[in-house]
Amino acid sequence: MLRVRGLTASYDTGDRQSAPALRGVSFDVAPGEIVGILGESGSGKSTLALAILGLLPANCSVEGAIVFQDEDLVHIDASRWREIRGAKISMIFQEPGLSLSPVMRVGDQIAEIIRAHRPGNGKTRKLECEAILRGVRLSEVDRIYRAYPHQLSGGELHRVAIAQALACRPDLVIADESTRSLDVTVQTEVLNLLREINRKRGSALVFITHNPALLAGFADRVMVMYGGGIVEQGPTAQVFSRPLHPYTKGLLQLIPRSRNGTNITSEGRLPVIPGSLATLSPSTRGCLFEPRCSARTAVCQNESPSEVTLERGRRVSCFNYGN
Amino acid sequence: MGTEAAARAIKPALVKARALCKRYVQRAPFSRKKFVIDALTDLDLEIAPGCLTALVGESGSGKSTLASCLGMLEKPDRGEIWFEGSKISLANSRELTALRPKIQMVFQDSAGALNPRFSAAQIIEEPLEIQGRESGPRLRARACELMEEVGLSPDAANRFPLEFSGGQRQRLAIARAIALKPIFLILDESLSGLDLATQAQILNLLLDLQTSHSLTYLLISHDLSLVGQVADFVAVMHQGKIVERGSRQQVFSAPQHAHTKDLLASVGVVEAAFRTAQAGGGQ
Repeated sequence: MLRVRGLTASYDTGDRQSAPALRGVSFDVAPGEIVGILGESGSGKSTLALAILGLLPANCSVEGAIVFQDEDLVHIDASRWREIRGAKISMIFQEPGLSLSPVMRVGDQIAEIIRAHRPGNGKTRKLECEAILRGVRLSEVDRIYRAYPHQLSGGELHRVAIAQALACRPDLVIADESTRSLDVTVQTEVLNLLREINRKRGSALVFITHNPALLAGFADRVMVMYGGGIVEQGPTAQVFSRPLHPYTKGLLQLIPRSRNGTNITSEGRLPVIPGSLATLSPSTRGCLFEPRCSARTAVCQNESPSEVTLERGRRVSCFNYGN
Repeated sequence: MGTEAAARAIKPALVKARALCKRYVQRAPFSRKKFVIDALTDLDLEIAPGCLTALVGESGSGKSTLASCLGMLEKPDRGEIWFEGSKISLANSRELTALRPKIQMVFQDSAGALNPRFSAAQIIEEPLEIQGRESGPRLRARACELMEEVGLSPDAANRFPLEFSGGQRQRLAIARAIALKPIFLILDESLSGLDLATQAQILNLLLDLQTSHSLTYLLISHDLSLVGQVADFVAVMHQGKIVERGSRQQVFSAPQHAHTKDLLASVGVVEAAFRTAQAGGGQ
């Protein structure tokens, strides 16, 4: 359904330089699938999400192909985008509290999207909105419909944002770090809701996060991003049980084990991936993860690894994968 | 860590809160209706010296209000706060100036907590200057030392907060907090805006500083799985009260209060799913 091929994006920083954010990203999303995108801040996750929705700022140049239902999204005009956004592809943003308008009742904000894409009158739209709000497990639909965003709790706002994203029954929903600011209890509820809706309606979901633990038992496939590229992808269970890329291994090691002992090292410290994400520049040679990698060899410094395809849809970009 | 922590716990508490109450009254716009929020209701807490006490609870349970009261940014309506054996809840502003260097805070939103128009060095220098600890060329030198101590390069001394990454900014906030050699550090959700990899790095830095500066920490978080790894003691807060308090092992392996059980269960679900995926997905 969604095919991304060789997608590169770079931000023009003004001083005759450009900051690359995506370097040749290629992946597919099948109808009804949940794909998790995993990566640290600065790995290009959000740029990727915005690119798929055509929401990148003007100083960002995009190359490559984003094909959605046989239509190339990189080269369509603004009026065509208005038909697609919200109706076919929609997004749940990082902070629902900030992405909703503070001066409009939340019910009207959902109705607005339906009005933009489908014929109908105010009354039917209101009924439809109420049905959608009930669909995201909100009780007291009447109160929620009439409330302004500041009158709702974090969990309620989140459900409203999901309702808004689902209002026109899109084929693809993108959630960008959307559960980050929630309590664990509410977080689990929201994840369950997203999965349930995905199963019931068959809309595909791209879920972006920095926490691998959230993807287990939730995402069908996982893609690990580092420095603007996908370094490893495959079915979630297989990637988590047998990670191939050293970066994936490092990330999985970070997951806390609060109940069955701890993963504290003998020095009483937490495991870390040493170093920090290198600044991307057009002139970087070699593998971007090389300076932080525990499995690096001489070749990693000079050449950048190309993607190797392995059994059962697993792909990895590393010279020494599996070591 | 267990026996060591137990040994330290025998010493008298560094910070004691007795029957703290704090109420916020809000008036709705364009109406005379008042909303009363009881943020703290008869709260009791003891913090053992040299330990990391984690305060967990859902949003709205009053964690940050407690932090502000202990950090002397807010005055509680009723109740007492004791620090190093003396009552500080009634301190006047002169006494507070003398106390503040001993109790420092690191906030959640580092971008909002650091003055965007101050350079990194100026941010660290400000408290040193106000308290008259350093002056002249020694001031800048001390700021650079502190930057190095928290893992920032002194070369970045003239950069502004927004030119740093989130993790680096939090390091800067920590450098400012330890500049006055405090005894007690309140970390109010200081790790929650960061991603997992950065959280681990900052937490390790805090643990290193705890050893080298013999600090006492109160780490406030809604993320049980994070604090579960490093805390000596865990206090669980719910509706303005501490509903359970004990060593990490006690709280995690034998939770007493229903609310603690709920919190642990939701952490358990996510973790268990991950462990299952890790163990069983290989076929």
